[in-house]
Amino acid sequence: MKEVIHTPVPSVEEEEYHINMGPQHPSTHGVLRLVVSLQGEIVKNLKPHCGYIHRGMEKMCEKDTYPQIIHLTDRMDYLSAHINNHAVCLLVENALQIEVPERVKYIRTIMDELCRIQSHQLWWASFGMDLGGLTCFFYGLRDREKILDIWEETTGARFLQSYYTPGGLMWDIHPDFQKNVKAFIKYFRKKIRDYEKILSGNVIFTERSRNIGLMTKEEAISYGVTGPSGRGSGWSCDIRKHHPYALYDKVEFKEILYHEGDTLARYMVRMDEMYESMHIIEQLIDNIPEGDFSAKMKAVIKLPAGEYYQRVESARGDLGIYCISDGNKTPYRMKFRTPSFSNLSVLDHISRDLKIADLVAIGGSLDLVIPDIDR
Amino acid sequence: MNSFFNYFADIFSGVKSLLIGMSVTGKYFFSPGQIVTQQYPENRKTLKMYERFKGEVIMPHDANNHHRCTGCAICELNCPNGSIEIVSARIDGPDGKKVRVIDKHIYHLGMCTFCSLCVKTCPENALAFGQEFEHAVFDRSVLTKILNQPGSSIIKGTEE
Ligand code: SF4
Ligand code: SF4
Repeated sequence: MKEVIHTPVPSVEEEEYHINMGPQHPSTHGVLRLVVSLQGEIVKNLKPHCGYIHRGMEKMCEKDTYPQIIHLTDRMDYLSAHINNHAVCLLVENALQIEVPERVKYIRTIMDELCRIQSHQLWWASFGMDLGGLTCFFYGLRDREKILDIWEETTGARFLQSYYTPGGLMWDIHPDFQKNVKAFIKYFRKKIRDYEKILSGNVIFTERSRNIGLMTKEEAISYGVTGPSGRGSGWSCDIRKHHPYALYDKVEFKEILYHEGDTLARYMVRMDEMYESMHIIEQLIDNIPEGDFSAKMKAVIKLPAGEYYQRVESARGDLGIYCISDGNKTPYRMKFRTPSFSNLSVLDHISRDLKIADLVAIGGSLDLVIPDIDR
Repeated sequence: MNSFFNYFADIFSGVKSLLIGMSVTGKYFFSPGQIVTQQYPENRKTLKMYERFKGEVIMPHDANNHHRCTGCAICELNCPNGSIEIVSARIDGPDGKKVRVIDKHIYHLGMCTFCSLCVKTCPENALAFGQEFEHAVFDRSVLTKILNQPGSSIIKGTEE
């Protein structure tokens, strides 16, 4: 007689089921799809599916000359567009051993820090909104607008500026640039106190973020979680401190470290980084030296054959560009080590056995930018 | 007893934090002078973009319908995504030799990523950025433009 195998049918409470979070979920801020296994409301595991906005940038770089690559990197982590541009420019400049004028270094450092403030503002706005504070979104965007205006005046674009070129800058800064930046810093030092009042001390927010999504320093290191997310676990990983570029070895600033490793710590790191960025800009903005806005570059830029690696600290962490050149005007291979990709990898680990609502909070605190994941 | 006290202390500090937050929103609610929203499209007449604003690539012409483009195709070479096509022609020059002139400077606005390389690398400064930003159209082919105006020619003294 044939044996009948009875598989026990789990009751509804025990049964694991899967839901798709994304690719069109408001809290993923882009086309990221997370397949979440749930038991009731508890997250058992989750699998990210990438590739919805994959544009094959690394391959496209193989047919683009170095100045042309700049405009692609804008579109990786669009909230750190200047910083991504900076990485390519430094790669080319270091490979050719070109010394850029002091003026360029000053402007680039200021632009990078404005970029960081702007990115953290948008993150604060959307993070607040993810956790139910719609007001945050309006206030964050309102203040970010001031930076976008400053950029529009100088670079001509609000979002994807492509302002740096290998050797210098596309154009000189607008005559009003210094005045406007100083006005912005004065304005934002007042407004950031509102941020603290609305969200940082708010009881609902702190209850939802404290001890949620715990990540130890060892985990941060082994998953390669860099940037503010890694520093929230006490891992000192700021490229600006460890491998200074531009003027970061001349200016005085603190590397923000928190040791709790929870969502609140990652939040606090970014809040404090905004103060530090303002502090950096204040040191530089009055001292921009006169001079050229670009070094003399050949019309066709060719890197000597070899391998190059350049790291910068973007608003999300360690952005690395690995380039193999065979001596032509286009790279043989270009590889981007983007921070959001590595930061996403830890999401499964730190959100296990928590509620699905906590997953939204944790995802927000990692500050993922989806085109940065997919390239 | 202590936990009983803490329970109420938590409630009070929680409510206080909410009130602090609401004082911020209340402050904005009662000071309409701080409104930053622009009423676009109502303000279209007065809306002015920054002078460097990258709306589209244009080729400025002077009053006599002259431009500066020689048809050298450096912009086409530098464009990362093929948004520019140069069609040049050869005509008889004043001294009987054939000279190259621009026939059509074709610009695909729909493909342009506003990287500024064409404007920056043009040796004659023949290109610039225009301020127009309302580019939504129903037909994609409208976005392909010919930048040199019909009947235009090059400014004397610029030709090769
Ligand atoms: S626009 Fe400038 S770069 Fe392009 S063909 Fe004309 S002269 Fe040459
Ligand atoms: S701005 Fe860049 S993408 Fe657009 S036409 Fe010029 S070179 Fe091409």
